[in-house]
Amino acid sequence: MKLHYRFAVAPLTALIGVPALAAELGLTIEVPRLDVAEYHRPYVAIWIEREDRSVAANLNVWYDLKLKNAEGEKWLKDMRMWWRRSGRELTMPIDGVSAPTRPPGRHRLGFSDTGAALQSLAPGAYRLMVEAAREVGGRELLELPFQWPPTAETRVEARGKTELGVVEATLKP
Amino acid sequence: MPTLTPVLRGCARTLAALGACVTLGSAAHAHNVWMMPSSTVLSSPQWITVDAAVSNDLFYFNHFPLALDNLVVVAPDGQQAEAQNLHRGKLRSVFDLNLDKPGTWRMTVINRGLVASYMLNGERKRWRGKADQLSQIPAEATQVSITESFGRIETFATVGKPSALKASGEGLELLADTHPNDLFSGEQAVFRLAIDGKPAAGVEVTVVPGGTRYRNGLNDQTMKTDQDGRFSVTWPSAGLYWIEAGAEDARTTVPQAGKRRLGYTATVEVLPQ
Repeated sequence: MKLHYRFAVAPLTALIGVPALAAELGLTIEVPRLDVAEYHRPYVAIWIEREDRSVAANLNVWYDLKLKNAEGEKWLKDMRMWWRRSGRELTMPIDGVSAPTRPPGRHRLGFSDTGAALQSLAPGAYRLMVEAAREVGGRELLELPFQWPPTAETRVEARGKTELGVVEATLKP
Repeated sequence: MPTLTPVLRGCARTLAALGACVTLGSAAHAHNVWMMPSSTVLSSPQWITVDAAVSNDLFYFNHFPLALDNLVVVAPDGQQAEAQNLHRGKLRSVFDLNLDKPGTWRMTVINRGLVASYMLNGERKRWRGKADQLSQIPAEATQVSITESFGRIETFATVGKPSALKASGEGLELLADTHPNDLFSGEQAVFRLAIDGKPAAGVEVTVVPGGTRYRNGLNDQTMKTDQDGRFSVTWPSAGLYWIEAGAEDARTTVPQAGKRRLGYTATVEVLPQ
């Protein structure tokens, strides 16, 4: 005897009420401890580039945003790759992107695909870009290639030599 | 389309420097003219300072200041802006400029004049001046040859996002494809030259990197503009570069002049990758 099911079977997850897991991009960015006479926290820009070098999203820009008369913006151009590819088109500060400078140490940032930065990221190959520029110091740019959305948990790492320490990106599907 | 004759580079320099009271001699005695801005890429409205000099070495002050009498500053919105704190010293002139709006600012010195040569009592004489001074040439002069000159010396600085360069439509001038404040080492830039707003084909261009004091060769690049007035240059390294072009035509504005010599020099900054 055959049973005919005439009603649609709802997805099991919806019946139980468990939400679909969001894809995540976790970052750890190390600002190196430097032994210099005059130390200033670096300006750091973190953004995502497509393969053609166009900017898909700005994640964070760390700069002196608390200075009077927006004086901190004077040095944004020292992050010269970011400035050219995106920064110069923007009006700062930007909610969720502009942030104060950070001291030496490892700093964690997390972005989910439901957030403003990643929700419109189309599937494809990307580069996570991290550029640091330090007053009375140098400038360094790191690139971490990744695929989006991640199909498995992935770790990508890059090591700076001068103005950045270890930069690690962890992608979770 | 007027017939254009590429002119000796030296002549372009001579006429571009006319405003600096450089005596007119043979092309070999002409000097380079240039302006040098303190910054060209800025991320917020602020002041810059610009040096201006007549000097062969790039970019070192060792000869004469460039006269700023004919300095014109154009803001991103097309309005003229006023340079401040102008000073003319022994070896350089300088001015300050408040770049208080985003976009591309353009600083230009335009020198117009006439030069003439004639024979008087068996001697070849030279004369230099303005159109309303032509009567200074004696009536009994023979073989009078009058040349009009139009020299443009300029540089650019951008606050925030670069804005489009509008052709002034007068004389020889440089326009994008590549914006002059968007130059990076190792990349190729494509520029267009225009004469009176129209593409200038077959014009000789010279590009010299700054820092001549610290190397042996001039390391200049020379090229000619194509049919559309375009020329391209690949920057070997970061730094300031001097661009010079010269041309000749018959489109004089002073009726007594038989030909017109056009000169253009610009200083651009190339950033590292």
